[in-house]
Parts: sequence; structure tokens; C-alpha cells
Amino acid sequence: MSLRRFIAVRVAATVPILFGVSVLTFALVHLTPGDPIDQMVALNPQISAAEEAAIRARYGLDGPVWQQYLTWMGNVLQGDLGTVIIVDQPVLPYIMARLPETIALGLFGWAIALLIAIPTGIYAAVNKDTLGDDLSRVFALSGISLPNFWLGLMLILVFALWLDLWPVLAPDKPLLSTEMLWYLVLPGVTIGTASSATLMRVMRSSMAEEMNKEYVTAARAKGLPERTVVLKHVLRNSLISVTTIAAFLTASIFAGAVVVEQVFAWPGLGRAFVGAIIGREVDLIMAITLFTGVTIILANLLADIMYAVLDPRIRYD
Amino acid sequence: MSTDRGRIRITGFDADRVESREPLSDWTETRDTETEGRWTRAWREFRRNRSAMLGLYIVIAMSLLALFARPITIAGVTVQPISLAPYDPGAILYAQGLDVSAYEAPSLAHPFGTDGSARDVFSRVLYGGRFSLSIGFIVVLVTAAIGLVYGAVAGYYGGRVDEVMMRLLDLIFAFPGLLLALIIVAVLGKGYWELVLAFTAIGWAGYARLIRGEILKVKENEYVLAAKALGARDRRVIFRHVVPNAIAPLIVQASLSIGTVVIGVAALGFLGLGLPPSSAEWGTMLDQTRQTIVQGPGGSIPWWVTVFPGGAIFLFVMSMNLIGDGINDALDAQEGEDVARGGEV
Repeated sequence: MSLRRFIAVRVAATVPILFGVSVLTFALVHLTPGDPIDQMVALNPQISAAEEAAIRARYGLDGPVWQQYLTWMGNVLQGDLGTVIIVDQPVLPYIMARLPETIALGLFGWAIALLIAIPTGIYAAVNKDTLGDDLSRVFALSGISLPNFWLGLMLILVFALWLDLWPVLAPDKPLLSTEMLWYLVLPGVTIGTASSATLMRVMRSSMAEEMNKEYVTAARAKGLPERTVVLKHVLRNSLISVTTIAAFLTASIFAGAVVVEQVFAWPGLGRAFVGAIIGREVDLIMAITLFTGVTIILANLLADIMYAVLDPRIRYD
Repeated sequence: MSTDRGRIRITGFDADRVESREPLSDWTETRDTETEGRWTRAWREFRRNRSAMLGLYIVIAMSLLALFARPITIAGVTVQPISLAPYDPGAILYAQGLDVSAYEAPSLAHPFGTDGSARDVFSRVLYGGRFSLSIGFIVVLVTAAIGLVYGAVAGYYGGRVDEVMMRLLDLIFAFPGLLLALIIVAVLGKGYWELVLAFTAIGWAGYARLIRGEILKVKENEYVLAAKALGARDRRVIFRHVVPNAIAPLIVQASLSIGTVVIGVAALGFLGLGLPPSSAEWGTMLDQTRQTIVQGPGGSIPWWVTVFPGGAIFLFVMSMNLIGDGINDALDAQEGEDVARGGEV
């Protein structure tokens, strides 16, 4: 299979999954007893049956479930994701206003995860079974065992309250200002620690595996300095396995954002999602769920394609 | 084990039964000594692993502390009379006429201090283990069982059945688990069993995918063919021959996911979507203290209300992960032995 064909097949296979994701999103919110209108009626008993029918018709909640799904999907494809009731604003701009905050937080988390994981992973793999390796394993174990909300609270406690190095609450500055980037360090560390631990484990084991390959012996025999062997030959080949878990980690950073944004009162999508759940903003819940699902599927797709580009053997499976 | 027997042994196949199979009418359900030996060996390996044993002791200690924190009464009958926690976890102490105020620093009377409602944090942390730990264990048992059956069926039958069943899994993996759990809790409402259901609904998929992959490998073995040739039904082949040989990774995965579930439950509690706000669940306790920490109560910072409940989660999850790694090593070593034995043939 040529690379182009592989990509085409892989992209085609994504379409039914995207469809399934939209169905699941819809079903989760709608196939439960009591839709939002029922609740509205229960809270306001003075609403007459005729008024109820009119409200249902207005929100596309009359008719059978499949019809409701098609109506919703049709609207979504036209960019109409519904309304955020509490602020009476369409969902799409509401999400778009918060998306950059979450992306900034995610990128910061990613950067910190990579900065810690790659060098530590290399070091641990090269110096296997030394004290440094043991320490890196303790770090990895603690990293995956730390609940991110607690880590966030502890960082606030130590660095913001006791040492007074950071402000407790985000400064009222634009996202790309120095103060804001400085503020983002604590949330970034919070969201990146777990990913960094996972990434480090993968990095270490894949480096250790590559170190035993014959091309490493060949490179050494050629008289290349160990530095070049490790940082050029081994590292490049080990990074392939890191890209495969990158998609998985995107999902975990998204899940992390839900919690971490709550800890740091960060005005992103995760916080909006929790707010939507508490306030039962059905349209917003569906929109963010769908958005997350689609993002993760596309991240998986990208990872698969990158993997195929980086490792030519994969296509011939 | 004699070389002679080693020669005819195929891993996972009950060699004793082979010997007693002649004549065929002598087929008996003898005790599966080979399987027992395998687990005994794994246990011996595990016991030698010091960090894993430390994890095991901590988990046992925390479970016992949670169990004996307050008396348990079922239908009016006290089944567990011991009360290790000095105070009722929900008791507002100054309301009971005690000389205690809110946010009292740790002291001999209150080793973990008191929280914003003047409740004894030590009692609450002990008692809170009941929620997280029991949900963790229940969810992992149920999800592993569901995932096992689902993955075994998909992997064993393969083809179109497999294709359809796996696409369903892809859907679940398209969402971060926490997101789905949040939606499910939002739909069902807050509560203990609602949490169990939410984490069960998202948790089984991982096991299903794992066990399917194992089954695909195991079912190629000749003993599966042999069992089929002997006329065994599909169900028997799957659950007597295939699954027992594919189950090791599932056990490792299960021991590692207890920690994940405990963190997930606490995360929902922290977001205010777990148990009712006054309950002593660890995550819920942290939620109540977040505002105080972030805004600062003025004067001294009540660090203890954050450090202890969160520390309990961390300690438990870390210990569970140590156990999981230990099980992984023990079963891996086991597989290594198998490989070595296979080399003799």
C-alpha cells in the first residue's frame, strides 16, 4: 500500500467513527428520561400543554428521537450549536472565546511534559540501573499517582501562598503577556506532570530497546562519539513510539483541563464544561463533548499518519 | 519436572489430564494443579519484591482503617462495632458543646486539625477511605468481568463480530473517560451507585481491548485446536482454555486501574459532582477547602485541610501502582520461565 493510499483508507475509516461519536454524544444527553423541557415544566407548573408543545417545537424536541438527531446534526453542520441559556449567547462564539485559553494551557502542559520527559527518559535509558534511573522511576511513579487537582492545590499552597512567587489568581492581562505566561507555569506543571511521567516511561523503554539494535553497534564501530550515537541515531528512532502516544496524551490533557481549570479558576473550555453540567446547559454539554471527541479522533488520525511517514515499514503490515 | 514430561508439555495445557485421558472414559475433573502452581510461583516472586509488598501493606492498612473507622450497622444489627475514628465524620464539633473552632491547626486532640465547619479532619480522612476504596474495588471487579467477556467473544469469533464490537470500543475511546463520567453523573444525578455506574460505563472498554489482543494470540495455540477437536463447546473453549492463558495482563491492568478509578472518583468529588457536599469523601473534602486556599482565609493558611485528604489519595494510588508493577514483574518472570521451558523442547 502506498503512503497516499494508506492515508486515504485511514481518513475514510474515520468518517463512520465521527458519525458514531455524534450519535453517542446525542444519545448520552437525550436518551435519558426527562429532557430539559420536562424539567422546565416541572419547575414552572403554570406552563400549559400548548405552550409546552410550542417550546418543544422551537427547540426541535418534538418528533421521534432520530428526527431530533437529524435536526441537531443538520444545525451543527451549519455551525449552529444552540444557545447558552444563562448568558443567552450562541454556543459557537461562547466556545471560541474559551478555546484559546484551553489551548494555551494544553500547549504549556505539553511543553513542560516534553521538557521533563525527553531528557529524563534519555538519561534513564543510557544510565540504566543506576541511581539516576531509579530516581527517574520514582518520579514516574509519583507522577502518575498524583491526583492533578491535589497537585494544583499543593503548588498554590507552597509557591503562591507560602513562597509568594506566583499570584494566586490569574492576572487580568491578555493571554500572550509576560505576566500571563509566568502565571501559566503552575497550571502547566499541574496539567503536564502526569503526561510527563507516562511519556518518560515510554521514552525510557523505547530508548533502551533501540540501544540494543545492531545499527547502534555499527555506529559505534564506525567510531562515532557516544553522544552522536545516542542523540542522533537512537533518539530519532525512539521518538517514533513517542508520537504514537501523543494522541493518547492529547486526550488526557483535555481531561486534565477539566480539573485543572477548576483548580486555578482558569476561564477555559474545561471550566465551561463543568459549569454546563452543573447548570444543565444541554447544548453546551453536547457541543463541548462533540468537539472533544472530534479533536481526539483527528489527533489519532494524525498520529497514525505521522507514524506511517516516520516508519515506512508500517504501511506494509 | 522430568524432561520426559517437559517434552510433551504445552503451556497452559493440563498435562495431568493428558495422562489420565487413556482410556477416554477415565476423563475426570482433576484439580488443576498446574494452574495453581503457576499462581503460587507468581506469588513467591511478588513476595520477594520489597516495594510491591510495601504497597500491599499500605493498601491493607488503609482498607482496614476505613473499615474500622466507624461501626457498621446493617438493618439495625451492628456487624462491626469498632470505632477507630475519634469523632463522627459529619459531626460539627462546637455544635456538640466541645471547645473547638473552625480551622484549628493539628494538635494531639485533632491530629489532622479541623476543617471550616469545625469537623475533625482525621476522622473524616479515615472514614472517607470507605467511599473511594470501595468504589475503586467494585468498579474494577465489574469492569474487568465485563471487559473480559466482551473482549473474549470479540477476539475468539473474530471476523465481522469482532469488527462491529471493536468499532463500538473506538467510540468510547474517542472521549476522555472523565468527560463521559461527568456527563453520566450529570444525567443520573449524584450518589454512590451513580458513581459506580459512571466509572463502570467508561472503564470496561480498556479491558475489552486488552483481552481481545491476548485472545488473538492465545487462540492460535494447538491446545485450542485440540480442545475443539475433542468436541468442546465454544463457551468451554473460551473460558476453560483460552481465557486462563490470556488473563495475566488483565490482572496487571486491573491492579493499576484501581488507582485510576480512585483518582477519578475524587476528581468528580472535587468538581462538586461526586457525593453530596457534606460527605467525607476525599475529593469532596478538597472541593470544600479550595475556596479557602485560593482566597486565603486571612492570617494563617489552613494547609492541613488540603494536605491530608489529598495525601490519602496519593498514598493509596501510589501503593496500588507499586502493587500493579509488582504483579506485572511477577507474571512477566513467569512468562519468561515458560519461554525458557519452551526452548527445551
